[in-house]
Amino acid sequence: MTMRVAVTVNGTEYARDVEPRLLLIHFIRDELGLTGSHWGCDTSNCGSCVVWLDATPVKACTVLAAMADGRIVRTVEDLEQDGCLDPVQQGFIECHGLQCGFCTPAMMMTARWLLDRNPDPAEAEIREVLSGQVCRCTGYENIVRSVRWAAEHAADHRGEST
Amino acid sequence: MTAGFGRMLRKEDQRFVRGMGTYVDDVYLPGMLYGAVLRSPHPHARIASIDTVAAEAHPKVRAVITGETLAGRDLAWMPTLAGDRQAVLATDKVRFQGQEVAFVVAEDHYAARDALELIDVEYEPLPAVADARRALDADAPVVRDDLDLTGNHIFDWESGDAERTDQVFRDAEVTVSQDMLYPRVHPAPLETCGIVADFNKVSGKLTVWATTQAPHAHRTLYSLVVGLPEHKIRVISPDIGGGFGNKVPIYPGYLCAIVGSMITGRPVKWVEDRSENLMSTSFARDFHMRGEMAASRDGKIRAVRVTVLADHGAFNGAAQPTKYPAGFFGVFTGSYDLEAAHCQVTGVYTNKAPGGVAYSCSFRITEAVYLVERMVDMLAFELDLDPAELRMRNLLRPEQFPYTCQTGWTYDSGDYPRTLRLAMDMAGYEDLRKEQAAERARGHLVGIGVSFFTEAVGAGPRKHMDILGIGMADGVELRVHPTGTAVLSISVQTQGQGHETTFAQIVAEELGLSPDDVEVVHGDTDQTPFGLGTYGSRSTPVSGAATAIVARKVRERARIVAAAMLEVDPEDLEWGDGRWSVKGDPDSGRTIAEIAWAAHSNLELPDGIEGQLDATCVYNPPNLTYPFGAYICVVDVDPGTGKVDVRRFIAVDDCGVRINPMIVEGQVHGGLADGIGMALMESIVFDADGNCLGGSFMDYLLPTSLECPSWELGATVTPSPHHPIGAKGVGESATVGSPPAVVNAVIDALRPYGVRHADMPLTPAQVWRAIQGRPFRTDLAIS
Amino acid sequence: MQVPSHVEYERATSVEHALALLGRPDHRVLAGGHSLIPMMKLRLAQPGVLVDINGLAELSYIKLDGAELRIGALARHADLLDSAVAGQHFPIFHDAERVVADPIVRLWGTIGGSLCQADPSEDLSAVFAAVRATAVIRGQDGDREVPVREFHLGPYETVIGPGELLAEIRVPVQPGTGSAYEKVARRVGDWSVAAAGAVLRLEKHKIKLAGIGLTAVAAEHFVAAEAEDYLRGKPATEQNFEQAAKIAAEHCHPVPDQRGPEDYKRHLVAELTTRALRRAAERATP
Repeated sequence: MTMRVAVTVNGTEYARDVEPRLLLIHFIRDELGLTGSHWGCDTSNCGSCVVWLDATPVKACTVLAAMADGRIVRTVEDLEQDGCLDPVQQGFIECHGLQCGFCTPAMMMTARWLLDRNPDPAEAEIREVLSGQVCRCTGYENIVRSVRWAAEHAADHRGEST
Repeated sequence: MTAGFGRMLRKEDQRFVRGMGTYVDDVYLPGMLYGAVLRSPHPHARIASIDTVAAEAHPKVRAVITGETLAGRDLAWMPTLAGDRQAVLATDKVRFQGQEVAFVVAEDHYAARDALELIDVEYEPLPAVADARRALDADAPVVRDDLDLTGNHIFDWESGDAERTDQVFRDAEVTVSQDMLYPRVHPAPLETCGIVADFNKVSGKLTVWATTQAPHAHRTLYSLVVGLPEHKIRVISPDIGGGFGNKVPIYPGYLCAIVGSMITGRPVKWVEDRSENLMSTSFARDFHMRGEMAASRDGKIRAVRVTVLADHGAFNGAAQPTKYPAGFFGVFTGSYDLEAAHCQVTGVYTNKAPGGVAYSCSFRITEAVYLVERMVDMLAFELDLDPAELRMRNLLRPEQFPYTCQTGWTYDSGDYPRTLRLAMDMAGYEDLRKEQAAERARGHLVGIGVSFFTEAVGAGPRKHMDILGIGMADGVELRVHPTGTAVLSISVQTQGQGHETTFAQIVAEELGLSPDDVEVVHGDTDQTPFGLGTYGSRSTPVSGAATAIVARKVRERARIVAAAMLEVDPEDLEWGDGRWSVKGDPDSGRTIAEIAWAAHSNLELPDGIEGQLDATCVYNPPNLTYPFGAYICVVDVDPGTGKVDVRRFIAVDDCGVRINPMIVEGQVHGGLADGIGMALMESIVFDADGNCLGGSFMDYLLPTSLECPSWELGATVTPSPHHPIGAKGVGESATVGSPPAVVNAVIDALRPYGVRHADMPLTPAQVWRAIQGRPFRTDLAIS
Repeated sequence: MQVPSHVEYERATSVEHALALLGRPDHRVLAGGHSLIPMMKLRLAQPGVLVDINGLAELSYIKLDGAELRIGALARHADLLDSAVAGQHFPIFHDAERVVADPIVRLWGTIGGSLCQADPSEDLSAVFAAVRATAVIRGQDGDREVPVREFHLGPYETVIGPGELLAEIRVPVQPGTGSAYEKVARRVGDWSVAAAGAVLRLEKHKIKLAGIGLTAVAAEHFVAAEAEDYLRGKPATEQNFEQAAKIAAEHCHPVPDQRGPEDYKRHLVAELTTRALRRAAERATP
């Protein structure tokens, strides 16, 4: 049996008939084709699925699409606006904050949320906020630097995209 | 000023920061079906029957494949990279918990998962052998009766001079010995393994998108195993979310997806769960070692002797060059000048998943370096010498290079004492020791751990190194288009190492182009030359060399064309500043772009030069390259709880010439985190019955941003004399060198309690137990 | 990724609606979902119908009401961590929340959900036991109160019956109280190897009332009752803390597992109880 789920994702409302058990991450990826958000585990540990649900980061593998019915979702695809990269995205490029790129969308979504609440976080706070998300490539140092870069360059508004 | 080398932002980042990477699970084809694997809950059991009727009746199921189905196509077994065979789907028995038993193909992933529960398998459980140290007991359950074996012995291998080594041990003034385990760990890339297989019945062509670090090798193997002609197979490695050796082997799920596509006539996607990844794909390490070191009382290390019991799991799937059943463990001689060395490695089967060579091990060099660096610290403890000082006294000297060690490896170049000194200076080593003494007087535990490693990477000279008979040489193709931009096709496969940028930089460096004008093509076997892929840090040493050489070939062709353009003899030209110019007349210079246009034009060319500035190269490396480094780790240990906090980590790496220092540093950062993981928290453990206790990220713990300090990196540069650009490769160095640094630091912290050794992972429980004088075995379940 | 088996979904529009739905067979509360959905993905839980109560804002609050701190069951872990009033009176809440799960999970997991999941390793169970909280359970006939120390019947089992919902947790606030939580985990975000929470109400450096909660060591009702009894009326000294901690360690039942062997866990109980008592005492006497 299916149910109708209507979710506003990156500003557009999508309505789909889905099984109630469908996880939000699969709704985003398989139903809507927004494959920028990833998944990497079975037990809500890795954090590569982080998106925003009602402006709050959530591990999208741990909520049902049904729970997002009538609510607002934001994914990595929404960070770039009007052809301009978000400072967080530019920061990750500038500071080599990514290697394979798999954890990156989730890291950036959490970083964006952090910077919206605290525009000048110390390194310790950045590490703390990201501690529920795993990276196997970078050893975290450059991720932290990337977020600091974004904090320091927020006034540049947005990086030029190429 | 060099055109190409240097810090440069990565080209590939543009798509990744937008979430526009294409990983295997991002591939959607029209009509695509989804596969799921049914796995054995038993570590060892006979299969009495498999009933798939209910699963086949599920309205969304399109096929159910069992070992019997595959046996009909001669596909129930497949060769492994170690020359053994592995069950694709079990027929007679299951031999490890999590082994593949059946494969369901359904309209969607959720239905496929549901259908697994409708398959009824009758098992007759058998006793399992989970303790490698019991695998050779007379009464141990036999894992590989399918090979008519009567025991679990796989191989014996030795290296070095046993007689001379024994002699040195007999007359040495001091000997130390220690049993130590390098636990079973797992590369656990964030993206699990998967495939989309699309077999076109009409054209007979198989196209596969797969998480593979070696697309061409996979193509050749698929041809041999599935029986399809190789020119009808295309393997595409799209973006890969981390490899670390996990994505080198061919896994049963890949073959099942291919067969599923052949049976249904539709594309089949199979992407494994994390539990499948941890429980059935290539694990790493699991070396039970006994190390011994002989020395003189004044601190001269004379000999190292090692015996190893290697747990290979139920099938020998270790992926290393054919002639090296224990990989490159032979470099356990380390970074020191020894009089003698000998090792003996015995491989055994157990009821566990296959693998062994993975997780950035450089073919068992992680094990070798751990062994020797722990032994050096144990010797330091015995002699009451500072561990850095002991190393400084024994490190190879620059004038000794090229140095052939006691097991026959010729280290290419190095100034080891300089690198160690730099690390010590960066760490403020002498001050740290003073601080440690003061803290010890107050009952606080501070530990300082040193590790000096020599790596051997860039496999390898094809005479000595092949995988399943395919020589480890790699090809490249470079084409410079008429308008002066270039395409480089390479055979290696990035999984995050930045090849699209670094390889462009190599071409840019040689040809004076901008790296932005060089497009790197990789990952699609239809578009790239043959090669053995990326693992063992081989991309820079092998393909990087090939790239430099092919670019130089193009440059030499360009010389001839330029000579024709300038109506001079090629000998009259010199290269500089990205131009071929007449000697003494820089204004006459022609860039590669200008020459490319001319090469395609109606310019009259001399005999022997066909038009265009294209070239190919297959590079057969003359030797491995030998990156090295000195690491220092500082820890604080809470004796009341056993909790370890890594306060600082100083890493000085020497990987020869650095193409892009930013990328090199990123590689080191990642490997250092691995060291913290393995030293303090990562292990795949089995209980006495063979049940796997490390099947999720709740149990297989990975280090987070809070366990990792802010890494402090340094560099020395000792070019490789035989590599065209002097580069050595660095991808695995930090994973090799860091675990002993962390373990040495923790054991050093526990010195007031007289602790000499405790096995990884040094969890709080293990540290506390070590303090009590009762550390435990970490490969078996705690009871 | 592993995925749940089939389930139905209802969204509650009010507490009354939720209670009516929960009265039906095989209906289960879905709050933050961060305990339940992982279990459903592993197919260890296969409820028939999920009743989503996330929209019931009236159950989400943290407020001081006279001499009681009242926490709505739908308050998120992050809310408790960020709550100044909660932290002011009970630093134990902040100590504990800082080490529960991870920052993202804390944004969604609820206090009520964690208590009702009743995992033997749940930090908040020990914390609320230590502060001697009361659970307010709402049913269609009204509310009933159950001391948190009687709320858990066993692993994954609470006193909540069909047609009922945990609505609130009430914590008595008394002057002269200090509290602290000490936890050891193998890695950030992991379940406790062991943890101890201490609450001390002091009068002139004598202990009027002690609350000691223990996590992950099968202490009965998450409480070190014998240790609490030992401390009552005694001076708040290091020696007494160590003795109480020793008693706590003797009266729990840690089970060896990959987090540690029994002797280590027992040692940790003693060590962490001592440390928690010490810090609670410091905080009780500003």
